[in-house]
Amino acid sequence: MISTSTPRSNETERYYNYAYLDEQTKRMIRRAILKALAIPGYQVPFGSREMPVPYGWGTGGIQLTAAIIGPDDVYKCIDQGADDTTNAVSIRQFFAKVADVATTEDTAEATIIQTRHRIPEQTLKAGQVLVFQVPQPEPLRGLEARETETRAMHAYEEYGLQYVSLYENVSAYGRIAATAGYPVMVEERYLMSPSPIPKFDNPKMDDNEAILLFGAGREKRIYAVPPHTQVRSLDFEDYPFEVQTWEESCALCGADDAYLDEVVLDDVGTKMFVCSDSHHCGQRRAEGHVGPMAGHQLAQGEAEAAL
Amino acid sequence: MNAISKVEAAPLLKVDGLSKWYGHIPGCMDVSFEMRPGEVLGIVGESGSGKTTLLNCLSGRLPPSAGRIEFDTRRFGLRDIYTLSEPDRRRMQREDWGFVHQNPRDGLRMRVSGGANVAEPLMNMGQRHYGAMRQATLDWLSRVELDTTRIDDKPRNFSGGMQQRIQVARNLIHGPKLVFMDEPTGGLDVSVQARLLDLLRELVRDLDLAVIIVTHDMAVARLMADRLLVMRRGQVVETGLTDQVLDDPQHAYTQLLVSSVLQI
Repeated sequence: MISTSTPRSNETERYYNYAYLDEQTKRMIRRAILKALAIPGYQVPFGSREMPVPYGWGTGGIQLTAAIIGPDDVYKCIDQGADDTTNAVSIRQFFAKVADVATTEDTAEATIIQTRHRIPEQTLKAGQVLVFQVPQPEPLRGLEARETETRAMHAYEEYGLQYVSLYENVSAYGRIAATAGYPVMVEERYLMSPSPIPKFDNPKMDDNEAILLFGAGREKRIYAVPPHTQVRSLDFEDYPFEVQTWEESCALCGADDAYLDEVVLDDVGTKMFVCSDSHHCGQRRAEGHVGPMAGHQLAQGEAEAAL
Repeated sequence: MNAISKVEAAPLLKVDGLSKWYGHIPGCMDVSFEMRPGEVLGIVGESGSGKTTLLNCLSGRLPPSAGRIEFDTRRFGLRDIYTLSEPDRRRMQREDWGFVHQNPRDGLRMRVSGGANVAEPLMNMGQRHYGAMRQATLDWLSRVELDTTRIDDKPRNFSGGMQQRIQVARNLIHGPKLVFMDEPTGGLDVSVQARLLDLLRELVRDLDLAVIIVTHDMAVARLMADRLLVMRRGQVVETGLTDQVLDDPQHAYTQLLVSSVLQI
């Protein structure tokens, strides 16, 4: 019989260190976070660890969360704005299990919100941390493949190349058609990829009260936007930056100022537009806001899932 | 009259005792010359003679082992380019120079359109007005005799000669003082070569450009260059006015080079 001499931590069920990562790794990530906060928009290399999910499923975000989470935190995790998608549910359960934290779907209640592809509709407050999962931290990568060259370009503020992608957009579509991962300048110094959030969310980063942390696990980079930092989306003088707009309003809650997802309902082309931020939509419905398709089975299903 | 004023102008480029060693193998040895604004200098020699090494050293892409390269920069005046800080040197290269590669694939971004390739130097210099850049790009495409309706086609959809024209436009649009050309007509068939040479000659004359052109083709040298440097085994064996060097070669190697040109 093999007996282990290593004492388990207080909880009988826990086989891992608190928040999964070992303490030294968490310290290393915290040092990277501090550096990233000190130089807004600068990509800090860090020793990304192997995580119990594949690259591309949010390993960067999970490591950031693991490094900053404590038992008093309230954790929320969203994927494409929704709390109830498989990935979000799994990551939320993961931290409930390894970090003993309370979880929530309420944006205002949460102290740490991990996200993929969206910034919540509700304005974030001081004291909250928004953790982004980033697939490609380098905004210039599509145009310049050499890491040595992109590093020099960041060091010397040579950002003319990024405008080539906007130029291509305007010449192909007559407008800047890029929608997700729209490049921004942070404090007029570092060019930054905001991760693949829709450009609808870009203005929310400017002068935000919360801390924005970005983690790319595969690419081994951490960067950050501290509170009240200037974040400007790139544009041309004659083609100013604009966010997406919809002619429709949310079919369930009637919101006309939220980011909407198009949902195909059958195979004859019936569709509806609903808020991508599921908590925002649910909250509005609870407040009595009604959209044109209120009471649709999609909303019923959501209510059941929430229970 | 024109020639006299050129001689009296301040030098654009001063090269003094330039040597480059690859370990113990010499790339080029003790090269010195001066260039005036508007002058076209040809560097000729057989393959392996150090032409490209010299060009790379001159264009700031390969630090020499010894010697000085001084260039009359717009921002800093006459300066040894390798004493400029890296950001300053990169900026000077962007603003004052152009570099036309032999293979357009080395000089173009193959994943973005021809128009964006031509406009990129403007964006690098801080132009942020799409309409103005678009107009400048259209003007330059017609100057290099390309179909302006194809402005948004990818480089891969153009022929080799057209790609080379895009590359020429990309390297001239920002108004450089000096353009380096490494075998610009190298990979092209003879008729396309002749048309491109004709075009280059016209542009160089119209813009009063200074050009350093590396070639092993004596005909290209004859057509383009005012002055020639003949290189062999890393050393400059003969210099002089193009016609003088080609019609009355003094060095045995130059004589061999001139007499080996194929005649039809």
